Amino acid sequence: MVAAETMGGMHSGHSEDLPGHVSNPGSDFMVDVLKAANIEYVAMMTSSALRGLQESIAYYGKNKAPELIICPHEEIAVGVAHGYAKMAGKPMACMVHSTVGLMHASMAIYNAWCDRVPLMVIGGNTADATKRRQGVEWIHTAVDQAAMVRDFVKFDDFPGSLQHFAESFMRAQALSMTPPMEPVLILADGELQEVPAEDPKSLKIPKMVEVSPPEGDARSVAKAAAILLAAKNPVIVVDRSARTAEGVGLLIKLAEALNAPVVDQCGRMNMPTTHYLNHTWLKAKLLRSADVILALEVGDLWGVVNTISDTPGRPSKRVAKPDVRVISISTNHLYSKSNYGDIQRYQEAELTMAADAQATMPSLIEAIRKGTTAAQATAIAARKQPMQADFLAMRNAARDAAALGWDASPISTARLSQEIWAQIKNDKWSLVSDPFYVSYWQHRLWDISEYKQFIGGSGGYGLGYGLSAAVGAALACKSEGRIAINIQPDGDLLMVPSALWTLAHHKIPLLTLMHNNRAWHQETMHLQRMGTRRDRNAESWREGTLIEEPFVDYAMMAKSMGVWAEGPISDPALLGPAIKRALAVVRSGLPALLDVVTQPR
Amino acid sequence: MNLLKKVSCAALLGIFSQVVAAADSGHDLYMKRGCYQCHGTVGQGSIAGPNLLPKLMPYAAFAIYVRTPANQMPPFSEKVLSDAELRSVHAYLASLPASPAADSISLLPKAGGK
Repeated sequence: MVAAETMGGMHSGHSEDLPGHVSNPGSDFMVDVLKAANIEYVAMMTSSALRGLQESIAYYGKNKAPELIICPHEEIAVGVAHGYAKMAGKPMACMVHSTVGLMHASMAIYNAWCDRVPLMVIGGNTADATKRRQGVEWIHTAVDQAAMVRDFVKFDDFPGSLQHFAESFMRAQALSMTPPMEPVLILADGELQEVPAEDPKSLKIPKMVEVSPPEGDARSVAKAAAILLAAKNPVIVVDRSARTAEGVGLLIKLAEALNAPVVDQCGRMNMPTTHYLNHTWLKAKLLRSADVILALEVGDLWGVVNTISDTPGRPSKRVAKPDVRVISISTNHLYSKSNYGDIQRYQEAELTMAADAQATMPSLIEAIRKGTTAAQATAIAARKQPMQADFLAMRNAARDAAALGWDASPISTARLSQEIWAQIKNDKWSLVSDPFYVSYWQHRLWDISEYKQFIGGSGGYGLGYGLSAAVGAALACKSEGRIAINIQPDGDLLMVPSALWTLAHHKIPLLTLMHNNRAWHQETMHLQRMGTRRDRNAESWREGTLIEEPFVDYAMMAKSMGVWAEGPISDPALLGPAIKRALAVVRSGLPALLDVVTQPR
Repeated sequence: MNLLKKVSCAALLGIFSQVVAAADSGHDLYMKRGCYQCHGTVGQGSIAGPNLLPKLMPYAAFAIYVRTPANQMPPFSEKVLSDAELRSVHAYLASLPASPAADSISLLPKAGGK
């Protein structure tokens, strides 16, 4: 109904009759659809294939909800939407130019696919070949444009009418937001955007709906509760278990109902690092002794129970006991595709629930509470003190490890982490980068207790996610006054340096600290392993893995795009004061970057 | 007597110079052979490899491990790292100053639990 009410409302009607003028273009209606779908932002690289829609957002929609976020590369646009969705808890849209733009965007869409993140990708295409101008417009169209990303979007469509567009967009958004959440793609036909809407009063935009996530069935939940209550050493493993703050609270209740240790694989903020049952860094020991493993939204269950070594022959071995009882609750069981390997190696579980873990936890907690016998309650209570002791030992071991190399130059990643923590711990903050590259110090040392304080990693390990997603997450943080912190690998930044311009252009406050180890370090280690294992030149790893001769001046790079920056900083004593200056910029509402020369990991 | 003292001092200085030279060349090898990649430039360790300090293995055990490592570390043969070079690497690690204790670092508060 929004369309019927708004179409034409902005239009004077005078130009319809003037030759060469279009006063009521279809893309205005498309903006109505985006507004009805509560799309606040559209990240985009400007595109002739989407020129009608871009103009409608800017003029007809007044560039407000949705507002255009200008990105110099389609990969950045999708990455921005990826980070935003995880922080805001809802999708934003991104517009990518026809064939070549979608090709640029494809890696970032794959990251979002692997990370189970909803986002609305809008592409441009022109179905009617007779309406394409010769040359470029033919090159930038395709018979089945979505084919190139169909393996890693949940739904795609190329609507042939405006009504079709409205219905398909709403269907796509509902599918995208239903666990397992995934990206979707809608192609906006060029002619449909640009010719006048026919009979606008007949157009109707379906209401946006929220689809209930699937819960585990009562029988399976009761069986899971019985297995967990009978366990002597239950372990809970989580990856993307929490979808919202409520998911964190539920996991705490579940773990406390059993006094079971939790191993957090950090796909999301699942379990507070301050809780005595967060035993993430005791994973190997816990899995060796576990008699029951409860896996909640774990993408790689095989990798929890087993391991494969990067040594010649790639031998694998079982980590868990042969008779461990495994329970898996995940929406991954509901939906998968064949071509790409994010499905991981198959691992059977004794009890498998094709269900959303967060939605299933309330009934599982209730079943455990109701089913606990007096003897079991005593046994569970007896686990609390040893769990608390192990937790404190784990945290203090991390603290001792962080002290090693404290005064080293290049600066240790532990020192980098703690210099930041000292200055933001009393603020409202969020870590919007992947801690994998800096030895997970934040998860080992910081007090991460709220859902929005961490958003997980890239999902697909596609470089270019880091800064792009940080921009999107910081955009979502801006409205709630939350300081977004991005510890930025140098190799990742070199993929998408122009995202710095987006930060400056839109005045998005983001504190970026370079993790500048002057290498594509993961590959450095791979190449060193190759040369040494082959017993020949042990220094061949230097070719192609080091970012040197020249070193990149990231501060100069940031400044050139309008971002406040300092560095390079390699003396640890200078880091704290520099962070203070950078934070002052961020608190004023602007982005800041510090180039910190760091240890490799 | 004075002559004896002078000779002893010269000998000590010579030994000291050799140790420093070994440590210097060990640092160079530690970097060029890529030990730092997983263990950090001062042996502090990382998520990719364990810390080598503060409890540095005695040389004999250190050498056995480097030649026949467990887990995913590649074996370093004498061809790519001679015994003399390996001794230099060990000397480099042994020469490093101790890191400060966690208790002395204000940015590393003791853990509490909830």
